[in-house]
Formats: sequence, C-alpha cells, structure tokens
Amino acid sequence: MLTCRAVWKKLAPLARASSTVCRQNVRRAGWNNARTPLCVPVAHMSTGPVGGGGDNLKYALLVGAAFVGGLTYAVITVKGDQERHRERMAAIASRKQKSASQIHTEPLAPLETKLEAAAAPDAEAAAPSETAEPPPVDEPLAEASAEEAAAPLTDAGVEEAADSKPSLPSHAPYLLIGGGTASFAAARSIRARDPGAKVLIVTDEPDLPYMRPPLSKELWFSDDPSVTETLRFKQWNGKERSIYFQPPSFYIDTEELRSAENGGVAVLTGRKVVHMDVRGNKVKLDDDMEISYDKCLIATGGVPRNLQVIERAGEEVMKRTTVFRKIDDFKSLDKVSRNTQSITIIGGGFLGSELACALGRRSTESGLEVIQMFPEKGNMGKVLPEYLSNWTTEKVKKEGVKVIREAVVKSVSYKDDKLEIKLKDGRVVRTDHIVAAVGLEPNVDLAKSAGLEVDSDFGGYRVNAELQARSNIWVAGDAACFYDIRLGRRRVEHHDHAVVSGRLAGENMTGANKPYWHQSMFWSDLGPDVGYEAIGIVDSSLPTVGVFAKATAKDTPKAATEESGTGIRSESETEETATSAVAPAAPAPVVEHRDEYGKGVIFYLREKVVVGIILWNVFNRMPIARKIIKDGEEHADLNEVAKLFNIHED
Amino acid sequence: MSSVRQEGKDKIIFVTKEDHETPSSAELVEEDPNDPYEEQGLILPSGEINWNCPCLGGMASGPCGTEFKDAFSCFHYSKEEVKGSDCLEQFRTMQECLQRYPELYPKEDDAQSSQASEESAGSAEPSDPAAGSEKDSSDPTLSNTESSAES
Repeated sequence: MLTCRAVWKKLAPLARASSTVCRQNVRRAGWNNARTPLCVPVAHMSTGPVGGGGDNLKYALLVGAAFVGGLTYAVITVKGDQERHRERMAAIASRKQKSASQIHTEPLAPLETKLEAAAAPDAEAAAPSETAEPPPVDEPLAEASAEEAAAPLTDAGVEEAADSKPSLPSHAPYLLIGGGTASFAAARSIRARDPGAKVLIVTDEPDLPYMRPPLSKELWFSDDPSVTETLRFKQWNGKERSIYFQPPSFYIDTEELRSAENGGVAVLTGRKVVHMDVRGNKVKLDDDMEISYDKCLIATGGVPRNLQVIERAGEEVMKRTTVFRKIDDFKSLDKVSRNTQSITIIGGGFLGSELACALGRRSTESGLEVIQMFPEKGNMGKVLPEYLSNWTTEKVKKEGVKVIREAVVKSVSYKDDKLEIKLKDGRVVRTDHIVAAVGLEPNVDLAKSAGLEVDSDFGGYRVNAELQARSNIWVAGDAACFYDIRLGRRRVEHHDHAVVSGRLAGENMTGANKPYWHQSMFWSDLGPDVGYEAIGIVDSSLPTVGVFAKATAKDTPKAATEESGTGIRSESETEETATSAVAPAAPAPVVEHRDEYGKGVIFYLREKVVVGIILWNVFNRMPIARKIIKDGEEHADLNEVAKLFNIHED
Repeated sequence: MSSVRQEGKDKIIFVTKEDHETPSSAELVEEDPNDPYEEQGLILPSGEINWNCPCLGGMASGPCGTEFKDAFSCFHYSKEEVKGSDCLEQFRTMQECLQRYPELYPKEDDAQSSQASEESAGSAEPSDPAAGSEKDSSDPTLSNTESSAES
C-alpha cells in the first residue's frame, strides 16, 4: 500500500493536469462506485499544455501506468481483505464442532472463487475510479471505495459461509433437551397442537429417539441374526417394527429448521447441554455453541447406577461389567452373551429379571450359564408381595436362570481369567461377565447452572403438577419428580410414564395448563407364562389384597397378544392404538397349576385407599384399574371391587 | 367358595367363577364428560378436532402434518351432502405429500388413511384412547397405517 502511495504521489502532478477536465466531467455526472467504467477519461480533450503526438504517447503511457498502479492497488487491497476473511472464518470454524472440519473446506472453496470473481470486476471498478481522480484527494476516496467494495464482500462472505456450513439454529422456539421417549412424545404433542412449530431436540446419544423396553425383551427373542444392526423385531403376531419411533425421514435437518415453512422436528445428536442460562433463555452445548429458546423441556432421563464395589475393583473388573440402558449396551451384551460362558446379573428388579429371562432362554441353545443375584428374597421383591415374588422366582428359574437370593455383594475381583464375586455371607460366585441392573440415577446436571430445585427424597428435578419447573421450563420422564394430584409427589421410571408425561409437557408448552391426571401404567413379562400390567404405586411394603382365580392356558401374555391382534404392549398405550382383530375362540384346555396364582388382581392400599393395582396375567382391563385409582375411594370389600375385573373371563 | 388367607400384611383371596357371578357392590364415582383434566378423544367437547389424539397416530405431527390437518379439518366441517366432497383439493395435496415420504406412509395405506380419516370423523362418539383398554382402537385402519408405516 505504501509503495502504491509513493507511486501515486510521483504520478500525481502529471495525472492531475491531464485529468482536471475529466474530473469536472465526472463530478457533474455524479460520483458512484458503479462498476461501469463510466469515465475512462481517455477520451480526452485535454486542454492542458500538452499537445501533439509525442505528448499523446506520453499521456497514453501515463494513463497505462496509472491503470496498472490502480489495478495493483485494488488487487492487493482485496487480497488483504481475503486474508482477513480467512482468518475470521478460521476463528468461527474453531468454535464449531470438530467433526464438521471436512465440511468447512467445501463451502470455503466456492467462497474463494466467488471472492476472486468479485475481485476482478471490483478491481476494474476501482481502477478507473482511481485513475480518474488524482491523489491525494482521490486516494482516500479510492481506498474508501475499495474497502467499501471489499467490506460488504467480506460481510457477505462471512454470512454466506455461516449459512452454507451445517449451521445449527442459534434459536429454537421449542428446545427439548434429551432425545428419549419423553422428548419424542413432547415433540409430537407440540407439533400436533402448534401448527408449524419448530422443535429442536438435542441429545448426547448418537441415535434418533427410540423406545427402550424392547432392548431387554423383544429384541432378545428375535430370530434374525442381524437384529443388532436392524434393531427390528417381530412381535408375537408377526408384525415387525423398529425400535425407533420414526424413521429418519420424519425429522428435518437442523439446518433447515430455521427456514422450514411448516416447521418440523430436528434432532441434534451427539451433543450435550452443559449449561443453562434461565434468565437469558439460552443453553450452551459442550462445543460452546449457544442456543436460545422460547420454551424448553428437560427430558434428560438418567444414567444407570453401578455398584461401588465394582467401581472400586479396578479396570479388569470394569471391563467385564455392563450397565444397561442404551442401544450400544444391548449390542455389546449381545456380543458378550455369544462369547462367554457365564454371565451374572446383579439386581432383581424389572430390568435385571427381564434380562435374566432373556439370557436364560439363550442359555438353553448355547450352554451359557446365567446367574442372577439380588439382596431381596425373591425376584421383584420390592414390587410384588412376598408370596408372589417367590412364585415369580420359581418361574425365572424355569427359564434357565440360577437365582441367588439374599445376596449382598461384598467384593469383586479378577482372578484366573474369571471374575470372582464374594458375597457378605461368604458365598463365592465365579463368572465371566457382570451386568449391573441396580437402578437409575436421574440426570440433574443442569440443576446448578439453571437454578432448578432437585428433590432430595426421590431425586430428579422438582416440578409441579403441570410438570413445570420454572417459567419456560418443563421436565418430563425419568428425571421429573412431579406432584401427582391423586398419589402425591413421586418420580416414575417407566416407559408409559415417559410417554404420558412427555405428551403432557408438550401440551403445557403449547398453553394447555393441564395437571398430571391420566395415570400411566407399566408392565413386565418374565417369559411367556408370566406377565402382568400395573398402575399406580406398587410397593411391596404396602399392605395388599390379592384376588386370584385358577388360570387356563389362555391366560398368558402370548395368548393375549395373539387374540387382540396387537403387537407388543410397548405400542398399545402410546401413540398407536392397535387393531382389535377378532380371533377365533379356541377351546382352552384347563391347565392345572400346582401353585395357585394363575391370574388375578392385587390391590395396594395406603390408609384403606387403593393406590396401586397389578393385573396378574389378566389383560385388557387397565381402564377399570385406572378408574379405581382415580376415584381414590375407600372400599370396604375389595373382593367386590375385584368383581369389576371379570378375572375368570378372557 | 372363596377362601381367604393372610400372610403378614398381605391378604390372599381365591375365588371361583360362581363367587364372582353376582354383580359387584363396589361404587364408582360418576364420570364427568367435560372434565378438562381427562384425556380427550378425537373430538373435543367444543366440537374441534383433538390433533393430539393418539388415535391419529402422529399423522398431524409428521412432515405432512399441515396438509393432513387441512384435509381433515375441511372434511370435519364440511356441510355437503356427501361429506368432504368439497375437500378434494386438500386431500389431493395431502396425498402428494404422503407420496414424498414413502418410508413414513407406505403406498398401500394411503387409500386406507384417507378413508379412515373419513370413518373416524364420521363416528359420532369420541374415541377415548385413554379410558379404552390399551388394545382398543377407535380407528383400526389409521392405526394400521401408523404401525405398518413403521414396519
């Protein structure tokens, strides 16, 4: 630039004289930065002292030199700006995610060509403008014009770059943190109620929203060897479906969310929200990206707990331990079950028992040893009354599982290529792999930065009956400790609750203001012979009243689904209600059960009011159960209430 | 005859079929059809369509949600003698949209879904997916669309 100035200064006196007239002409015509070389002042009636052919030649040379000088100046200016632009893009790029580095190069390339293409006409525009005006007056103007030309270019360039990269929306009207069942149900609800809603789901899992129950049930019973890839399963009635709620085409790309005319649901995978600014209505992701919102749902679910003794036991033990919640856990456990001889499941609740039964079934084909151990007296010891828990344990054993009751783990070590589990009462179990199914720790990482209340009794974010934590923030699913008008404050970790609460949160985010009222249910199948559905507070420490009838072969989960033509019960209570096909009534042989608990209803009482009900091998009666809990009445004779269920019929 | 056993805090009753033949004396609270807290069926008490009804299977929330809502609303409020005959344009637009997402809306169910929307709108009594047993459906074909759409 300095050299240019120097050159200009030298040429100035010469140029000034010859271009005085042209300058006057240009001023009259009006100055503009137009690209049309409106005044190439070579047509020159120069009235100066110069005249004649030789002078014309000199003049031509002068103009030529000036032109070249101007061109050089313009090119150098633009190149300098390009340099600045590149640096700015690099700064922006470093803020974005590392995985997009490939994509960065692509948009930068067309941008560069654009810049170069723009540089040429710009240079031309700058040149005549510079030659037309003698410096120094022209200099600032020329520089200004070049910079002006370059500046909008730079800004435009930056904007274009920002748009053409996989740019994440910096604002989402509806932001859902977490990409599980509750989040998906909320997204659906919002889209149904707010036409054209733009919903952004941010999840730290790599997968689109999917349902979890099949991961510990149906997927294990699939005949398809590629099930770990397809994640599809055939239900009892032959209908097949994927565990994903919707295929990828249901969602729109995150980049399109801003401009989508009818809105849509976009899912941002592999990103974690690490900070929440409630006052500013925005969140920050783990790559420093910020997203502002109008309404936000926290549906972060939880993280499986592990036993402290295992965590302290060292790497060799941890390498051989699985906690189970996600798709990846399913894939890895499936692989392990094919490559080891012995698996031990620690935990006797829903997940532990279901996995034990699923693996137990595999054990009959492969000779895999399946052990299940837990501190309670029987399977589902915290849920079922003792007599039923014992009965269930016998059923689990029949599925091929070695059940070790009243087992408290004292230490785990890795010895002689096996894991050695020492129990407090002295028993020792040697196994190849451990699955820890000992509960879920609700994810309340955002509580601190967002200033949200965490419940000390149940864990999770504390929300009101409308699932609201603070003004624009709702919480649903496993992470929500909510006020249930009927049953009191609680936190529920079941699939249907995630659907119901997610749906409710979505409704309330779109202005409904409805409290949690529709009671969610849950179910469990422990093999083909034992299945039950439940609703409300089902805690074995409560007094119970069980009313049983003798079961026939028709009263099994398998028969129930065959008859009603539905798929799995994961579907029924959610968005899809299934067909009620009429199955031919086959005569049912009466199967004599040695133990009596074939089918029945169990009522859980709290101060004489029914707060929970289990339908034991009795299906399609959930509405009646729901009604009884909703009423919240004291019933003198629960046998009379049991009559409402017609347990002797199908 | 029924037998009763007590195991600690838990009571166990065994009943035969005959024991349960007499009608129940248990009293249930009467339902309020306009209870705002309850899950609504397809048609709200105000007469509007409940787009969040599980029976619609998510048709109103997917990529063709807007087109579906237009077509179905038009049908619902249609006063023509042949209900919906003035809504062919909306249905055609919806059909075009559905065809763009064959994965979500498989071809053979397109005819079913439009027919089903007419059926479910036609049925006067609101479906009650919440109260209905989980295996009930007010609209078999629509739900078929959804479930097989995902298969």
